[in-house]
Amino acid sequence: MADKLHFALVSPAKELFSGEVDQVIAPGTEGEFGVLVNHAPFMTTLKNGVVRVLEGDSVKMRIFVRGGFADVTPDGLTILAEEARNLDGVKVEEVQAEMEATLLKIQALDKDDTAKGALQAHFDYLESLKAALVH
Amino acid sequence: MPSLKDLKNRITSVKSTRKITKAMQMVAAAKLKRAQDAATASRPYASRMASVLANLSASAGAGGPKLLAGTGEDKTHLIVVMTAERGLAGGFNTYVVKLAKQKIGELRAEGKTVKILTVGKKGREQLSREYGDMFVAHVDLTDVKGGNYTESALGLGHALTKRFEDGEFDVATLIYSQFRNVLSQVPTAQQIIPASAPADAPKVDLKGAIYQYEPSETEILETLLPRYINTQILSAMLESAAGEQASRMTAMDNATRNAGDMIDSLSLQYNRARQAQITKELIEIISGAEAL
Repeated sequence: MADKLHFALVSPAKELFSGEVDQVIAPGTEGEFGVLVNHAPFMTTLKNGVVRVLEGDSVKMRIFVRGGFADVTPDGLTILAEEARNLDGVKVEEVQAEMEATLLKIQALDKDDTAKGALQAHFDYLESLKAALVH
Repeated sequence: MPSLKDLKNRITSVKSTRKITKAMQMVAAAKLKRAQDAATASRPYASRMASVLANLSASAGAGGPKLLAGTGEDKTHLIVVMTAERGLAGGFNTYVVKLAKQKIGELRAEGKTVKILTVGKKGREQLSREYGDMFVAHVDLTDVKGGNYTESALGLGHALTKRFEDGEFDVATLIYSQFRNVLSQVPTAQQIIPASAPADAPKVDLKGAIYQYEPSETEILETLLPRYINTQILSAMLESAAGEQASRMTAMDNATRNAGDMIDSLSLQYNRARQAQITKELIEIISGAEAL
């Protein structure tokens, strides 16, 4: 379809979304941006935030991503996220519990353990996810 | 000629072995399904990452960051050998180790310094006698629960990038078992540092337009490259996990079948021996009666 944007959102764990949509709004490191069909080739890094998928004028899906890249080509938009979660169906309590578990893991590690940075990033992600949910 | 009791004991023991191998086969089959799903689910990310990198590195040219361009030397090689934590999986671990040994041999013949990093206990055990002095680190996967390799992969990725930046090696090659299908796992050597986009990555036709980068091209490359390396490690781990289960399933299936054959032939032998004994006793009774 020529008047629809092909959008795919993948995280290392799985492909969260793939299909035709009207518009996608994503949180770039230098500001939020929207992508419509026939956008010029464009690539940016992403910050933690909500990716909104628009169908017509209404938001069809909200996905919370942590970091990664957005790549716009004539074929469509691809978002490669480090972590991603569909915001509908996530509960604040679950996120809270996961945050605590992660914090415990961080504390259990040695100071210079290489895995610590990754865990910390995961924790920050959960924290901002919780913030987005509370709003 | 073994006695009846001996035969009976052997049959019982083979039967219990068959029960164990059968159970192991079924456990492996269940785990395989999950591992295979995980490996398949990670493929879209890895392949898209590769095509993004291919796009970027094509436009970045030779002046890219070190992780892409290399140190400019080719003296010290780091071999990352990825095997399973447990055995009883047919030739799974042996094939990977064999390829690693071959690779190490080649590099040494060329006069390069070789360092080894092992992932998974089995590879370490098999390599330690010959190459124990070349080990630099080991990654333990026993704590990984339910096929969640993300943390281990990230940890290993960070460690590799750091070692590379400290100048500990020039080239890193990952040796792991690639999962083709249930019956075939192919030991594969893949260079991960300096990173190179696969030659078969799909090229995007920009239709004459020019890419825009935000922030800059180099900054994107610098964030992308470590992630690309992590992704490659993660998908290797997932493939290796799936391959391990597949290989164990096949091996245990064979073992179960062998045990079945063995039980059949032992039972035949047992029945013959029993028949022979009965006949012998009958003859004794009859000849005893005739003698009277």
